[in-house]
Amino acid sequence: MGGFIHYFSSHFQTLGQEFWPLLVGGMANGFLYGMVAVGYTLVYGVLRLINFAHSEVFMSGGFASFFVMQHLVGTSSPNGLLSFLYILAGILVGGTVGALVAMGLERVAYRPLRRRNAPKLAYLISAIGASYFLFNFAGKEFGRYSISMAQPYTNHAVFTVFGAGVQMYDIIIFIAGAVMLFGLDRLVTLTKLGRSIRAVAQDAETASLMGVNIDRTIALTFMIGGALGGAAGFLYGMNVGVVYTMGFTPALKAFTAAVLGGIGNLRGAVLGGLLLGLMESFSVAFLSPAYIDVTAFGILVLVLLFRPTGIMGERLGRSA
Amino acid sequence: MNSFLRNKRTKSFGITFLIVTTICFMTGPSGSSTNPVAGFSGALFNTAPFLGLFTTRRWVVFFLFAIIAFALQQIWKSYGARIRSGYSIVMAKPREIKSKRPVRLGSYGALLVLAILLPHLITDPFWQVAMVQQIAVYVLLALGLNVVVGFAGLLDLGFVAFYAIGAYATAWVVGSLPTPPLFGHILNNFWAIPIAIVLAMVSGIILGTPTLRLRGDYLAIVTLGFGEIITIFANNLNGITGGPQGSHIIPHFSLHLGPLRYVWGSGPIPYYYLILVFLVLFLLGFSFLEQSRIGRTWTAIREDEVAAESVGINPLKYKVMAFAIGAASAGFSGVMTASQQNFVFPSTFTLFFSINILVLVIFGGLGSIRGVVFGAIVVQTITMYLLHSPPSGYQPADLYMYIGAMLVVMMIFRPAGLLPATRRKRELQQRLEEVE
Repeated sequence: MGGFIHYFSSHFQTLGQEFWPLLVGGMANGFLYGMVAVGYTLVYGVLRLINFAHSEVFMSGGFASFFVMQHLVGTSSPNGLLSFLYILAGILVGGTVGALVAMGLERVAYRPLRRRNAPKLAYLISAIGASYFLFNFAGKEFGRYSISMAQPYTNHAVFTVFGAGVQMYDIIIFIAGAVMLFGLDRLVTLTKLGRSIRAVAQDAETASLMGVNIDRTIALTFMIGGALGGAAGFLYGMNVGVVYTMGFTPALKAFTAAVLGGIGNLRGAVLGGLLLGLMESFSVAFLSPAYIDVTAFGILVLVLLFRPTGIMGERLGRSA
Repeated sequence: MNSFLRNKRTKSFGITFLIVTTICFMTGPSGSSTNPVAGFSGALFNTAPFLGLFTTRRWVVFFLFAIIAFALQQIWKSYGARIRSGYSIVMAKPREIKSKRPVRLGSYGALLVLAILLPHLITDPFWQVAMVQQIAVYVLLALGLNVVVGFAGLLDLGFVAFYAIGAYATAWVVGSLPTPPLFGHILNNFWAIPIAIVLAMVSGIILGTPTLRLRGDYLAIVTLGFGEIITIFANNLNGITGGPQGSHIIPHFSLHLGPLRYVWGSGPIPYYYLILVFLVLFLLGFSFLEQSRIGRTWTAIREDEVAAESVGINPLKYKVMAFAIGAASAGFSGVMTASQQNFVFPSTFTLFFSINILVLVIFGGLGSIRGVVFGAIVVQTITMYLLHSPPSGYQPADLYMYIGAMLVVMMIFRPAGLLPATRRKRELQQRLEEVE
């Protein structure tokens, strides 16, 4: 028993010393998870299905922006306004490609099945197949090895919070993530498109009677989720590089985040992402780094066991 | 212009064209991230023979293919109904004969005899090993996954985890892991079978009970995560599993019955027969299960869970049962593989493996036992053939790309598989009629 207490007290000591750096790192990851998680949540809202191929939307955003960065940045080390423009370009390219891939996915793997009123299992299988095809195709065309992205900015500690250096990278993610997620929230709450997404999520049949074009709304929902996922792929790849399997683990975690926050609930997904990022980050103090990925999975199982509707509850079709 | 684009023919040519283009890129050479265009341009501008007639640029070849495919499609559209009805008239008599019980049993018997004779017909060492490691074991695995996905309609993407549990349990029981063996002394491989089955079942129940209460897609993602977690644990628990190196000293099966002593050597043939015996047992068991009360309950849950619940079925109980049975057969296959190959290490247990098994089940026909056996044999034979004599531009890792594409194509065009189960086909037909 004494050993047990000693184990925890020593680890809490580490946690105490490392609290602020872990907090900053966890927040940055949390924003990324949130950006991917909203893709799951949006699609879940309109189709009641988990888009298993969302990980590949993330991956294709990463690859597309990787090539653009290679072209734009090359071996130079930009800073200032140029950095800002390059990052903006990366986000736009990642987001656009992500949106296009998501749209293609909906066309190929979802729509034909929807026409046939296929059972849920068929959607899951075709989405898994599409995901599998996409990442292995990327592996074939772009090589099956990890490669780091040309850096559009110079990373350095910009300022410190209680001794923890906040890196340029963290700031980029905070700003980009916050802007995009806030934009999405407004889009779903205020615009006509957002209203039709919510209508389809509430009751697709009735929505179509009220003049909502369901096919178009579903396609656009995929594209919006895909745009955020692709942009997140760029932000993630900027730091850790790109590889054809890069989507798998972040997407699994983002899904956990979406469930943690309450699937179908946009703000829940963001909250879930941030919480998951923090929990994962703090778990470093207690576990060996090899088991970080296990943390997210453990959280997923615990949430499903004790509160399957998530922290903020499932909300389909209510304004965010 | 707009009316041209909205024309049905233009649209279907467009789809055909896109599919053929995708195939063109899929079969082309590989690229790299330093030269991302290489794969695509090679796929278009390398030369390839067209039906053995002449050799030209690949894009011309595939464009001709697209035109041929489109022409065939148009012919099928105009004459398809007539061809199909003609076919069913011609096939009416053979089908009637086929459905007679003695004929059916006779044909199964003939297939069994063929299976027994097979190692003597195929003497190529590559194929003999493939028959055991890649075909027989995979048929077993596919049969097990079919209970989960086909009968009960639950998507299990972490099938590999139970397979790994079976393999590690074998290594543990026979004393090849750093952990001391069960009960303190080393046991024969045959003891590993019940222990592996029980361990796999128990882990299936532990994982399944919380998740099977929820929506089906949660199960898929939780099992997906579980498959990864098992590999992480196997990789990092050096003191228990032997870490990334795993264990390389697993002994073969051996039999000591009084004066009778037999050791399954390193040759594939003895293992072929051992697995065949169990395979027949599994086939019989699962066929009975399918037609039993339990099998019908699974169908009821799969088709309409609410309705099943309203007639007094406890869905959770039956779902967990299916999940555990699937896990058990994966655990059993793990015992076979670990014993035959003498090693077990974490990097063989990947998500790729789970998806590979899923493809076998879907290709043949979800829920149809003969379909699954057929699908597993066909897909694995093709896979092995590609490995044995790869066509130009094909790399072993490309296999998974084809597998993914096949899953999508099957779900769009032939969701019930090549040899569909009658019940499932009817079910899909009914759903289609609901929309129309």
